[in-house]
Amino acid sequence: MYIIVIGGGRLGYYLLKALLNEGHEVLVLEKDSRICRTITDELGSVCFRGDGCEASTLAEVGTGRAGMLVAVTGDDEDNLVACQVAKHKHNVPRTVARLRNPQNAILFKKLGVDVTISTTDIILEAIEREVPTHPLTQLMSIDEKGLVIVDVKITPESTTVGKKVKELSLPKESKLALIIPNKGNAHVPAANTVLQAGDQIIAVTSPETKGALQVALRGV
Amino acid sequence: MKIIIMGCGRVGARFASLMDEDGHEVTVLDNDTYSFRRLPASFGGTALFGNGIDEEAQKRAGIEEADIFVALTQGDNRNVMSCQIAKHIFNVPRVMCRIYDPLREEMYSVLGLETISPTKVFAQLLKEKIEKKEEKAED
Repeated sequence: MYIIVIGGGRLGYYLLKALLNEGHEVLVLEKDSRICRTITDELGSVCFRGDGCEASTLAEVGTGRAGMLVAVTGDDEDNLVACQVAKHKHNVPRTVARLRNPQNAILFKKLGVDVTISTTDIILEAIEREVPTHPLTQLMSIDEKGLVIVDVKITPESTTVGKKVKELSLPKESKLALIIPNKGNAHVPAANTVLQAGDQIIAVTSPETKGALQVALRGV
Repeated sequence: MKIIIMGCGRVGARFASLMDEDGHEVTVLDNDTYSFRRLPASFGGTALFGNGIDEEAQKRAGIEEADIFVALTQGDNRNVMSCQIAKHIFNVPRVMCRIYDPLREEMYSVLGLETISPTKVFAQLLKEKIEKKEEKAED
């Protein structure tokens, strides 16, 4: 597939390398001539100097036949405009934008950007996962379904210890997928499964009901 | 009318004071407080520090009650993004956007923003002025 990457910064550079390794035809658009030269010296003629937000630049590099455009500059507004120009002027079927401000995800979706990736969110999630006392960790988000997969830790203080799964008042959007106990094998929770301190519960829920799920699983 | 202006540059400051003199409720948003020096001492509106491409900043500026939002920063993309937030997230009835790049201006105009390209307007104006002078000379 022909993939156009907007922004030759650190993220763009490693993305370019990875996509080239996978055998794609890739071109990076980068405004800074110095960065462009470095990439060209190292990887060959896979970098074009120009503004990826300009329809004429995108036309010059044959965006019309691109299967995907990925905008990974450090500025949300530039990534948005690059994706919009690609979509509306060149009919690129799939546009992906990097976000600095996670709040912009809703706007970008509304304006037709197919996929948004919030680097801030990803780093936050990774850090939360490493903080052992954090009761709820988001493991993954499935944006197109509006669901998230979370990990909830049952601690000795949880008032739900000793309760059965059927006695919990879970939000209706939530489904418990797996219980990983402190000792022994992971098992799929049934109605009569009893919660124990040290359990790690993997569950699927909507982003809005994360808090309610945590309360239902751990008590107040 | 309640008007929010993003960008307190020469045009932003001048436009803000014009609308203020006419009795409108004006809020100017800029991410550099030093820009507010351009507002005249008589300015009776609000000058607010904040980044206009941030939904929270727009809310603080009172976007939910605004009748008009105007984006006048130096960055075309910033203007475009803030206007789309005002239009699509906050449903502001009238959203006006300065876009220097004529190509981008045409595209966003098709996409439903009220756009002005100073590049196009000024070039046209110069051309007309010169043509008028020539006509007079011929007469």
